[in-house]
Amino acid sequence: MDIFSATGQWLADPLNWQGPNGIPARLFEHVELSGVSLLLSACVALPLGLWIGHTGRFSWLVVSSANAWRALPSFAVIGLLVPFTTMIDPNLGFTLYPTMIAMIVLAGPPILVNAYQGVAGVDRDLVEAARAMGMRDRQILLGLEIPIALPVLATGLRSAAVQVIATATLGATFGFGGLGRYIVLGDANRDDGELFGGVVLVAALSLTALAVFTLLERRLVSPGLSSRTEG
Amino acid sequence: MNGEPLVRWDWLFAHLGPIGDRVGQHLYLATIAVGIGFGISFVLAALSIRRRRLFPLITIVATGLYAIPSFAMFAALVAVTGITTLTAEIPLVLYTLVLFIPNIVAGFDAVPADVLEAADGLGYTAGERWWRVELPLAVPLVVAGLRLATVSTIGLVTVSAILGDSFGGLGYYILDGYQRHFTTEILVGGLLSIGLAALADFGCVLLQRFLTPWAAARAAVR
Repeated sequence: MDIFSATGQWLADPLNWQGPNGIPARLFEHVELSGVSLLLSACVALPLGLWIGHTGRFSWLVVSSANAWRALPSFAVIGLLVPFTTMIDPNLGFTLYPTMIAMIVLAGPPILVNAYQGVAGVDRDLVEAARAMGMRDRQILLGLEIPIALPVLATGLRSAAVQVIATATLGATFGFGGLGRYIVLGDANRDDGELFGGVVLVAALSLTALAVFTLLERRLVSPGLSSRTEG
Repeated sequence: MNGEPLVRWDWLFAHLGPIGDRVGQHLYLATIAVGIGFGISFVLAALSIRRRRLFPLITIVATGLYAIPSFAMFAALVAVTGITTLTAEIPLVLYTLVLFIPNIVAGFDAVPADVLEAADGLGYTAGERWWRVELPLAVPLVVAGLRLATVSTIGLVTVSAILGDSFGGLGYYILDGYQRHFTTEILVGGLLSIGLAALADFGCVLLQRFLTPWAAARAAVR
């Protein structure tokens, strides 16, 4: 019970809602850095996955990146980056860069794999029909394959978003900012209110991202497809 | 860092014993988590197969748990269960659920109905049918889940290093190396934990071949 009241008090304290270590600032930092990582990663992984799915070329790349991704623990990836990023910049290379790079790299494979599977999984008969109607490759990709694959693309973005938010949180152990800082500081100061406040905020952020992308997944089902399954 | 060589081989060779112990601890923590996670998942999957309405509910809860960052879950549990093996294991077990349950359910769903009828026709009792027909046919997807859970758990064991020096397996070296600015330690912890995950992945593939010899034979015929 003590933990609950301490957490409530910490979350309700107006002092914790202002300044550079305040909740709005840390939340914004967490969301901003996660968003930027996700965006950068998607800029590479999404077109690549769509192209591989459409052409069927280099599909081994998708399989091996998926396998490698599962064997790459984010804790190890962040740690392994530290010696190299500190060579470039002793300050930011010890705090910001390792986690940031890990976030960008680890978000790639789920986006790539789902983009590939989404497009490659489109019924070949539909593609043949589109080709027979005289649609060009670009038209097939943009007008047929991507619209059908959209929910699967959203699933990839969901996995990547959850991964990125978790990696950012873990990064606090390695000097990274964001909401994970409260957990590190709460632990260091033996302040249960701050620690659990951080846990609550991080969990809420991650579950919100999960919910948003799950809703997106449902909304993006092509109307033609959803009416067919209902009927 | 600090103008030192990237790898201090003398440190590495002087610490082979402790490094071996950490590998052992890593595998110990991961094995317990995967074992218990599998047990709980099997029960929940069996429940989901019997009562279909429970399946979405169980999936949502497991997905939600998986979305909670590991760092936050480990840190939060310290206040509840202290700095104990239990604190290290609870998150590890909970994170396996979403990897195991859908695969186990899909595995048993994939058993064709006519095969079940044939087994009934041959006079199998329900128990025999389950043990000799349903389970073997479900194995490929169950092992696919085991593969995901094993690799993921080996990765997450590293995070338990935040609980203190007596946890974390190889993750201990990553965190200690970072805090002491000692590159060799980070490289040892990081590379070995990645290697361990890759090795476990390979082990699961071998296990799958061993448990489903007919799959390889069929692939060879095609």
